[in-house]
Amino acid sequence: MTHYDIYSIRNDFPILKSVVNGKPLVYLDNGASTQKPQLVIDAINHYYNSQNSNVHRGVHYLSQIATDAYEVTRRKLKSFINSKEEYEIILTKGTTDSINLVASSFGNAFINEGDEVLISAMEHHSNIVPWQMLCESKKATLKVIPINDAGELDMDAYSKLLNERVKIVSITYVSNTLGTINPVKDIIRLAHAQNIPVLLDAAQAIQHIPIDVQALDVDFLAFSGHKMYGPTGVGILYGKEKWLNAMPPYQGGGDMIKDVSFEKTTYNDLPFKFEAGTPNIEAGVALSFAIDYINSIGLDKIAQYEHELLDYATDELLDINGLRIIGTAKEKSSVVSFVVGEIHPYDVGVILDKLGIAVRTGHHCTQPLMALYGIPGTVRASIGLYNTKEEIDTLVKGVKKAVSMLS
Amino acid sequence: MSINALQDELIEDFSFFEDWMAKYEYIIQLGKELPLIDEIYKEPQYLIKGCQSQVWLHADYVDNKVVFTADSDAIITKGLVSLMVRVLSNHTPEEIANTDLYFIDQIGLKEHLSPTRANGLLSMVKQMKMYAIALQSKNK
Repeated sequence: MTHYDIYSIRNDFPILKSVVNGKPLVYLDNGASTQKPQLVIDAINHYYNSQNSNVHRGVHYLSQIATDAYEVTRRKLKSFINSKEEYEIILTKGTTDSINLVASSFGNAFINEGDEVLISAMEHHSNIVPWQMLCESKKATLKVIPINDAGELDMDAYSKLLNERVKIVSITYVSNTLGTINPVKDIIRLAHAQNIPVLLDAAQAIQHIPIDVQALDVDFLAFSGHKMYGPTGVGILYGKEKWLNAMPPYQGGGDMIKDVSFEKTTYNDLPFKFEAGTPNIEAGVALSFAIDYINSIGLDKIAQYEHELLDYATDELLDINGLRIIGTAKEKSSVVSFVVGEIHPYDVGVILDKLGIAVRTGHHCTQPLMALYGIPGTVRASIGLYNTKEEIDTLVKGVKKAVSMLS
Repeated sequence: MSINALQDELIEDFSFFEDWMAKYEYIIQLGKELPLIDEIYKEPQYLIKGCQSQVWLHADYVDNKVVFTADSDAIITKGLVSLMVRVLSNHTPEEIANTDLYFIDQIGLKEHLSPTRANGLLSMVKQMKMYAIALQSKNK
């Protein structure tokens, strides 16, 4: 492996020293949420100790430093994903909130009866339900791009589904259940050839793959702070200026306005037009430290390290009799979902928990996907930048133990 | 035997297990035994959906006693289901409705009754009590 100081990195995350059921914690549920480095935790404390005040509103000193600390994050996010402008970065509550914002606001402006919205069969509920709700209210149709057994998008079918009625394509960059990395450049190119904008759900990509929104030419990008070693309660929606300007506001209230009267209210400029009310300031402030932390290691290095771990985990798990990996795309990132024989994933998860191993079991908020594979759920191990080969060994031993108890 | 006597008996049984592994091996063993519910009741109207594992529950009313049969698609849940049935089945609606199910906590399996919606167990217990309450008021 490359020069990756894993032990120093692990030292930065206090919770990794935890003992669970008498065993050292093996945290392999990073797809659900990531742990936080000390400097992110300290940033939250520091915010309340020394900076706290409402943002974008005050004239006094504290309000100024709070606003500065909050806006630093926006600036850092701009660099992190290489957006053209800072005001194309909207701070939301999370990926789900970001997608709902687009479904509601873009949907309001651009989607009408008879139009179509395209998603894929591997989507998370957060990238299905907002579109279902929109289509129902507008009498539009939701179409689903099929996948093959390996969990890869059927690109032929995708091409055929693109037509003049399709108003937006909303796809996950990396599948949270299968680990599939979708060919997003091609997806965007094909959609743009027919003037159709694309939203990418990057919740499981932002922490594993360097993303350049200008190079991708993607129209919308959604992701969450808490899945990239930052706090919960803050998320990001990147949107191309031309779209965000053409979309009506999502929520009304303070901060998103210019002038308010009972006769007429005018709206604020970007990004504030889409940021009504007091945000989760502490989370916004602390997120910039998570970005710093990732950059201090280098996302390229992280990606390579995780890739090697994923390959190792896949090989070792496949050694287990009767184990079937769900999601065998050629291009995968950090997630390995599996089932063992007819054993219910829940049972495996319970035993693994007793051994201090945290994985996720169940349908992973992708019920349609589970129905497609004909299984009640999977056991999912999702790798983060602080996991080790030894932890993978512990996982594999644990799965073997669970299987012997449950067979 | 009264419900509480049955609970106490289980607590006594479980106190002999030295570690979690022995405890779960026992529960898994219970879960592997013959199905606890007639196949015809493995239908949607008897299904209690947890986020991960499913539970089927059927109630019969015989001689003023509620008889439960139940099952689950996850072995550990099924083992716990069989414990619930052992404790609650074959008692009057009044007894069931008024039960305080303390044995699960006492045998160290409280996490399986937590409302994280993971398994159908908590919902099943609620459903069992609801059947009892419904039968209780029907017979007033």
